[in-house]
Amino acid sequence: MSALIKTKLPNGLTVQLKEIHSAPLISHWIWYRVGLRNEVPGKTGLSHWVEHMQFKGTPQMPAGVLDKAISRDGGLWNAFTYLDWTAYFETMPADKIDLALNLEADRMTNSLFDPQEVESERTVIMSEREGNENEPLFRLDEAIQAAAFERHPYRFEVVGEMEDLRTIQREDLYQHYRAYYVPGNAVLAVAGDFKVEEMLQKIIERYGGIPAGQPPLLPELREDEMFGEKRVEIKGPGETAYLRLAYRAPVAAHRDFFALTVVDSLLSGPSSLNMFGGGGISNKTSRLYRALVEKELAVSINGALQATIDPFLYNLTATVHPEQTPKAVLSAMDEQIDRLQQERVPEEEIHRAIKQARALFAYGSENITNQAFWLGYSEMFSTYEWFTQYVQTLETITPEDVQRAARFYLQPNRRVIGIYIPEARQETAA
Amino acid sequence: MNPFASINSQSLPGPDDTLRVVLENGITVLTRPNLESASVVVTGYLQAGSVFEPNEKAGLAYFTAAALMRGTTRRTFQQIFDALESSGASLGFGSSVHTASFGGRALAEDLPLLLELLAESLSEPVFPPEYIERLRAQIMTSLAIRAQDTADMASLTFEKLLFPGHPYGRPDEGFPETISAITRQDIVDFHRRHYGPRQMVVVIVGGVSPDAAVEQAQKALGGFSNPDQPSPPSLSGVQPLRETIRQHVEIPGKSQADLVIGTLGPKRNSPDYLAVSLGNNILGQFGMMGRIGDVVREQAGLAYYASTSLNGWIESGSWEVSAGVNPANLSRAADLIIKELEHYVKDGVSVEELQDSQANFIGRLPLSLESNIGVANALLNLERFQLGLDYYRRYPDMVSEVTPDQVLEASRRYLDPQRLVIASAGSQPT
Repeated sequence: MSALIKTKLPNGLTVQLKEIHSAPLISHWIWYRVGLRNEVPGKTGLSHWVEHMQFKGTPQMPAGVLDKAISRDGGLWNAFTYLDWTAYFETMPADKIDLALNLEADRMTNSLFDPQEVESERTVIMSEREGNENEPLFRLDEAIQAAAFERHPYRFEVVGEMEDLRTIQREDLYQHYRAYYVPGNAVLAVAGDFKVEEMLQKIIERYGGIPAGQPPLLPELREDEMFGEKRVEIKGPGETAYLRLAYRAPVAAHRDFFALTVVDSLLSGPSSLNMFGGGGISNKTSRLYRALVEKELAVSINGALQATIDPFLYNLTATVHPEQTPKAVLSAMDEQIDRLQQERVPEEEIHRAIKQARALFAYGSENITNQAFWLGYSEMFSTYEWFTQYVQTLETITPEDVQRAARFYLQPNRRVIGIYIPEARQETAA
Repeated sequence: MNPFASINSQSLPGPDDTLRVVLENGITVLTRPNLESASVVVTGYLQAGSVFEPNEKAGLAYFTAAALMRGTTRRTFQQIFDALESSGASLGFGSSVHTASFGGRALAEDLPLLLELLAESLSEPVFPPEYIERLRAQIMTSLAIRAQDTADMASLTFEKLLFPGHPYGRPDEGFPETISAITRQDIVDFHRRHYGPRQMVVVIVGGVSPDAAVEQAQKALGGFSNPDQPSPPSLSGVQPLRETIRQHVEIPGKSQADLVIGTLGPKRNSPDYLAVSLGNNILGQFGMMGRIGDVVREQAGLAYYASTSLNGWIESGSWEVSAGVNPANLSRAADLIIKELEHYVKDGVSVEELQDSQANFIGRLPLSLESNIGVANALLNLERFQLGLDYYRRYPDMVSEVTPDQVLEASRRYLDPQRLVIASAGSQPT
């Protein structure tokens, strides 16, 4: 069985360790509580750019040395920047884990942010954004988030505004890095084939000497309730129309998040919790698939509820059937949402959603990277117990909870209707 | 003796822990237990790929595979997916040039259900007319989305130019005009003729003993028969390029263009494959996308991604460099890439570079074989390319024995910078 340690070093670094001996691998994750949420207009994209610069070397490990060292040992590594956090991971053969420990402890404080590298990365990130802009759903998302929030940084995209990418300077990046990459703002999560006591000792040796530090206090991020439905339309190339309904969602730590998870499962099918491996379950028996795809109004439907610190968005996205209109799809979706609000859901449907969640859990636990991911990720918006108790919490959700969540969170005045209108079909899309 | 191996090669799949049985009707079953796992993966293929379809019905094999689960003699579409989704299981079909393929997973206790649905979909589909039309609209939409995807269109154009007149040069999903031309009767006929147990392979990996896996496979699939199933046709040979060919596909309104540059590569079971594969790793994968990534992304800051891939199939293969760049930088990126290819075939690789990539190939084995799905895919490849059940046990030594001269010689047999396909897609280069 697996041993678990949760502790905090004197310098403020939270450490979570879990032994798993199913394969000779260890996955090492370091999480920083910094993302789009910590940015201001004019400097959006800072957190993501800092993440890129973390691969550009320290005096001890210059650029180009790190990725070769990881590859040489047969490791896998990457990093992600999101609304609320930035995370770095390495999954290594168990006997090679010192490399990950050394490099992450090193780049928590010693990254160079060489001015030339900053400039070369500027165009790389602009290219990354251009790749995103090629996607109709990215452009739609951008418009929806801008409409859904008036003050909160969630109204931007993590990659940043193009204008900000042109003007951000090395000092902006370096200050952001020094402010947020401190032990008190980080969670270290390691899972895999080790003994927890020995791993803790290794961690103390490498991270224990980093000076304590706390992140700057954030300004008030309160966003007002939405008062009234909003509608955004984006026109662009292609023949395919998309409809996305974006509702203000509860925060992950709130019990309502679980009720809305069941709502989502009933409407659009079970969502996989597994970022790495595991795969998903199809959604062909979900209410919206039957009402939209089986009725030839849409060719696909999916839902996405994301775990965040502040209330973000619950999205339902339909790819409109080539012979249909977004308007017809919207009306069929509203009918199903209305049904969920008016009629109480049979207990069996909730039990089914729970069995699906249990299966997805089993699939995800095969993969050490995925297990280590949850060990840290859950701490970004709640605690690890949120994850370990996930299925049990779902089991406490009643038909009344589901109905109440549908009535409250799926109100029209809490949503943005986003429509992507393809230029080739403009005359029929309205 | 290989100098890199710190891995225990006995933990890799081998003849002593993989059971291979050929059922009386010709189906090969491969199974390896992972009794710590609560779930099970089923994957495999049968001889019903696009090699059997005429040019004017391109996409027929794909359409047929996608239609298998829309209803059987025993269950409707909704009943099939209700059985799967209620158990948290999944199953799907696809197709490529040589084979139609399937893949699914379930909790271990639901393996009989998964195999039963697999057998039913393969042998008793009824292809309900309304579902054929529904599916046609879905495929047409995905083709319309593909036509707007710069990476898909660059890659499709690359394959068309590299394999003119050969099934490898034709997209599995077909084209809008060929999908429109396919009738339900075409699908019924294709299924009746080509779906059968001859040279079919089923791989089962996870929480089930080898004997039970074979017994369950026999029970579900032992009765599958098709006495008239034809052998795969012999394909015309693939001709090497005589000169460099360029083609740009104009897709208006896109911020980023995609570029694919490359040539033929060795087939998967060619004696050249491993040496070229190591060379490919050095060229465009190792560390941060190898030499190509270093030149195009790290030094020039031209692209978010720029890397190489080597795809070895049964009759031939492709070796390609892909990059996503601003349309204004297309020709500059192409020049940089070609210059790097020239350097590669002139000077080859250093001992140090080769050792790095050899260590990477061997070191990453445990990670790639960590999950049930990783092992299942590995076993499937052993069978598909006739590599032998002891392949992974021999692999570390085979990799270690490759020399820089072998990499260069083998690479030169395929890569000639004077004879390349250069395909791009996006907005007009300025």
